[in-house]
Amino acid sequence: MNEPQPPEETLAKQLALVIDLNVCVGCHACVTSCKEWNTSGAAGPLSDLNAFAENPSGTFFNRVQTFEADSYPDTQTIHFPKSCLHCEDPPCVPVCPTGASYKRASDGIVLVDYDKCIGCKYCSWACPYGAREFDEERKVMTKCTLCVDRIYDELLPPQDRQPACVKACPTGARLFGDVKDPESEVSKAIRERGGYSLMPEWDTQPANQYLPRKITTEVKG
Amino acid sequence: MKPALSIILFTTVSGAAQGMALVTAVATLAGNAPQAATPLLLWASTAMLVLGLVASFFHLGHPLRAWRAVLMWRTSWMSREVIALPLFIGLTFVSAWLTTFGYSDGPWAHALAVLTIAGALVLWYCTAMIYMCIRFIQEWAHPLTLVNFALLGLASGLVACGALACAAGDLNFARACAPWALGATALAWGTRVLSLRRNASIKPKSTLQSATGIRSPRVVQKSMGFTGGSFNTREFFHGASLRLMGQAKIGFQVLVFAVPMACLAWALLSMHPLTAWAVAAASQAVGLLVERWFFFAQAQHPQNLYYQVVS
Repeated sequence: MNEPQPPEETLAKQLALVIDLNVCVGCHACVTSCKEWNTSGAAGPLSDLNAFAENPSGTFFNRVQTFEADSYPDTQTIHFPKSCLHCEDPPCVPVCPTGASYKRASDGIVLVDYDKCIGCKYCSWACPYGAREFDEERKVMTKCTLCVDRIYDELLPPQDRQPACVKACPTGARLFGDVKDPESEVSKAIRERGGYSLMPEWDTQPANQYLPRKITTEVKG
Repeated sequence: MKPALSIILFTTVSGAAQGMALVTAVATLAGNAPQAATPLLLWASTAMLVLGLVASFFHLGHPLRAWRAVLMWRTSWMSREVIALPLFIGLTFVSAWLTTFGYSDGPWAHALAVLTIAGALVLWYCTAMIYMCIRFIQEWAHPLTLVNFALLGLASGLVACGALACAAGDLNFARACAPWALGATALAWGTRVLSLRRNASIKPKSTLQSATGIRSPRVVQKSMGFTGGSFNTREFFHGASLRLMGQAKIGFQVLVFAVPMACLAWALLSMHPLTAWAVAAASQAVGLLVERWFFFAQAQHPQNLYYQVVS
């Protein structure tokens, strides 16, 4: 293991996702696999309201959005997966009046204890990313758990001990690992490919990072 | 943000009740507490605080677990408020009970008054800090939030005190309240206008570029990733038109400040000021609901950047 960082508050281990925007094709496989795993697992059920009616609405831990950048003829379409960033300084945690929201010291995952949540929604106000979704049926706040009930499950084969979204991604756009370990796949990707944080202006120090798109020039053949 | 009726009711009703208790406590310390009306004012204050507490429960998904909200007082302003509110209700209840049964003098009456003043201030501070401490809701993250919560509570408390004293037949106390109510309302108008002006010129720190990290002068959302609504599209958007927002902004200033100030001036000059006090209190009560609605609706949450376009 590596030497701890100088600030005392910094955790020795911080699990996180690194999203490669070069290869995300916006297929939403991570969205559906996340929902499938988590609605059936320890974090579920993630309820759907009016699922077959006019205004369906459901609880999801992960969304894939689409943005367009630049102008014709150089327009780029960017598919952008968004889930809890497991901030190193999560503003959602200290505001929780009950302690239901917490950040695990052992691996840096930000979790909600559903049995302690009173459903006041204050934590969702205190997240600039809109990463938390209130479950209207269970009346508690929910969020990405990094599939905490999967990644440590020794009954699963080692290659399956990853978040459901990572396993589902057909293009390998989602990397998972310890960003505090400089030799991990995620740390190398961040270092070598210019990984960046969302909304750095609020100093939340998101653990999840994004790899910027590289414009590949036309190969003349 | 989407204004929630429970929080609008809680912050306005409780704010006014704190103002009433504070005014009564100051009058007690100054030796000017109305003989007949003091128990009425304190019971009214206690009842309003309880009403506010009840209203706040309607904001919770699991009201039966509400007791847990006292646990994180080391870090959470909401937790601190949840502790301060029942303590303050206890203070006003004890004061109301003692004055009702004739124990309105003695050193402990002064001690109770001092505690009540401190409690009202602490509670305003906790309530305002719940909003002020969210640094990325720029409309709230400013000391004016605290100033307005306290001054609006004080002004509405003074108006309510005067109106109730007048209704109870204590015209002298009502008359004594009038200039203070007028001054506090005017001051609150000034600071509320300051915050409105500040909010009108806020430049959001977060942009689509910082939210996505896409380095391009032109970034537009093409899809938020789902067609139905979600918690994110319900909780953080008020859904009111710009026109309604403009009307609410003018409307609450008329109802909370202009009408009550005119009525208070009228009450000062009139021999039979009950109508003036009643109109002032009613107008301010309705106006404060609109003011608090506007306070929430005007707050722009940066998460909204991610939820602009369905497809």
